[in-house]
Amino acid sequence: MNLMTILSLLVSSTFVYSTPLIFTSLGGVYSENSGITNVGLEGIMTMGAFASVVFNLTFASSLGKLTPWLGLVVGGVVGMIFSLLHAVATINFHADHVISGTVLNLMAPPLGVFLVKAIYDKGQTENITQSFGYFSFPGLADIPVIGPIFFRNTSAPAWLAIVVSIALWWILYKTRFGLRLRACGENPQAADTMGINVYGMRYAGVLISGLLGGVGGAVFAQAISGNFSISTIVGQGFMALAAMIFGKWNPLGGMLASLFFGFAQSLSIIGNQLPFFNHIPSVYMQIAPYVITIVILVLFFGKSVAPAADGQNYIKSK
Amino acid sequence: MLKVKPKTKKILVPIISILAGFIVGALIMLVWSYNPIEAYSSMFTSALGNMNGIGETIREATPLIFTAIGFAIASNAGFFNIGLPGQAQAGWLTSIWVVLANQNLPKIVLLPLAIIAGVIAGAFVAGIAGWLRAQFGTNEVITTIMLNYIVLYSCQYLMQQVMSQKLRIDTDTTKTIAPNGSLRIEWLSSMFGDSRINAGIFLALIGAFLYWYLMKKTTTGFEIRSVGANPYASRYAGMSTKKNILYSMILSGGFAGFGGVVQGLGTYQNYFTQTTSLDIGWDGLSVALLGGGTAIGILLAAFLFSILKIGGLGMQTIAGIPYEIVSIVIAAIIFFVAIQYVIGLLFKNNKEKVPNSEAETGPATVSKTTTSEGGQG
Repeated sequence: MNLMTILSLLVSSTFVYSTPLIFTSLGGVYSENSGITNVGLEGIMTMGAFASVVFNLTFASSLGKLTPWLGLVVGGVVGMIFSLLHAVATINFHADHVISGTVLNLMAPPLGVFLVKAIYDKGQTENITQSFGYFSFPGLADIPVIGPIFFRNTSAPAWLAIVVSIALWWILYKTRFGLRLRACGENPQAADTMGINVYGMRYAGVLISGLLGGVGGAVFAQAISGNFSISTIVGQGFMALAAMIFGKWNPLGGMLASLFFGFAQSLSIIGNQLPFFNHIPSVYMQIAPYVITIVILVLFFGKSVAPAADGQNYIKSK
Repeated sequence: MLKVKPKTKKILVPIISILAGFIVGALIMLVWSYNPIEAYSSMFTSALGNMNGIGETIREATPLIFTAIGFAIASNAGFFNIGLPGQAQAGWLTSIWVVLANQNLPKIVLLPLAIIAGVIAGAFVAGIAGWLRAQFGTNEVITTIMLNYIVLYSCQYLMQQVMSQKLRIDTDTTKTIAPNGSLRIEWLSSMFGDSRINAGIFLALIGAFLYWYLMKKTTTGFEIRSVGANPYASRYAGMSTKKNILYSMILSGGFAGFGGVVQGLGTYQNYFTQTTSLDIGWDGLSVALLGGGTAIGILLAAFLFSILKIGGLGMQTIAGIPYEIVSIVIAAIIFFVAIQYVIGLLFKNNKEKVPNSEAETGPATVSKTTTSEGGQG
């Protein structure tokens, strides 16, 4: 196995495992910058995964190759609808954000499995037929060195995720909407005084997180797991939450942290195919991503500071 | 709008939340043309209709009481301990291992030894997160999530590679522990129709009492609560924030570890490979939220959850309704507890206006904003 194949294998599997985390952590970034803590990303991903798999199974025969992409949209929309629960509870009903987010996590897996049982009469779905396969960018794949590593047989959703995270960074820091959103997360009173609709902005933040979390779940289901069961989404949402904190509530930070988690995860999965790594006992490879995360956090980041009003209810005085 | 005393309201809100949760479950069942009345009646009869059911319900509640107390202690100090599953798992494996490796010791030595070892294991895991938080300000949400995975894979490795083969049946299951390391009591089990009920429940009741005593009657408890309520004021008053962070996480992990111990020495009598984070960790979190972080609330909530979970199994076999409906009802109940502000609007305090006391389980950062939190309710 030469260096080239090793690198391209590493990069492509890093991309595959990072993509769901990138989308979902971006969602978390938007929700928390608007001031709503969102620990419910796991639940949102579960609903996205569920919806995309059901959609994929139902329409694969008529939509063909387009199915997984439309599955992303469906997963996103369902995630958004599901996140409405969190939005209403925290913004209008003064709920504690952590408890409300936990409700999403508690609600989604049984709801998904219940619906699967009600629709298919069994505990888990069939495997989908149209999944995200490998994709080569025409033209780019032929660039020497870089082409085979980054653009040949790679994951198309991963590139979409990277583009989206740059776009979302730009929106958050360079547009009026982004400034207003952050204002609601930093100091809602001041934002309100300036005539910004705090409730509206916070709804936007949570719903965007629902959309992106749903997309994240849909990517995971259609690129990695291939079906939906109670164990489809187990912890990815929490990893995305960690990536968001790791990335200091910044879209680009969240993306880089997700790429790092994806890299570490893929090392533990493809490690046995790689020289040197295949001599390390698997347990070290398995726990490495988590240990490294803690170590890096302690060494280089220290205290990660959330937006000032993150997790605080804002109740407009009448 | 009904006029009630604030105290009555405090009791009415969870009761209404519970009823509303059941109604949500019923609506979902109606949509998919299952019969909710049949479902709920089969649920309650199988959980409470015979001695075996009652015994299993109590058995199910035992570890939840411990993990819920664990969550509540950390949340009193302003932490979100999401690492309960890992801490409980560490306690479970450790206690089983200690018993299996020392089967010849007399019960009076072995049982306490195994319990203490398990509790220390849980406390150790949580202590890592607490120490990092105290020393470096590292966010405990991330560290406890990461520790869940580290414990999950480490336990797999320890059991499959490190534990002596003599202690295992196969790679995934240990041998059953001898009676002198077990929490089972023969007369108790036979009284409750040969269910898996065990002495853990008595320990859990003692644990709940200790939790109440610790939080309300001791200086440590007071300091933990004040650090959670306002870390700056507490430091100004001369309390060590670092020390209290560490104490509360260690105590929290110790209780979670105890939850794993009763699961091992009481319920299963062995350890087997876990592929995902332990249920009792997540359920303990829900129980603590429903119980509002009080000892009595946690006990009642743990029993309610256990009735649902044990009864749900019966409901699935008798009425043929998917078990998941139980978890949906639980999630809905917690949702209504979370929006208790709205439920509170149904009632009017019959004394002078008192601001709504919201759930006190949130992390310290969820400090109420002064201008916004007026007594509008």
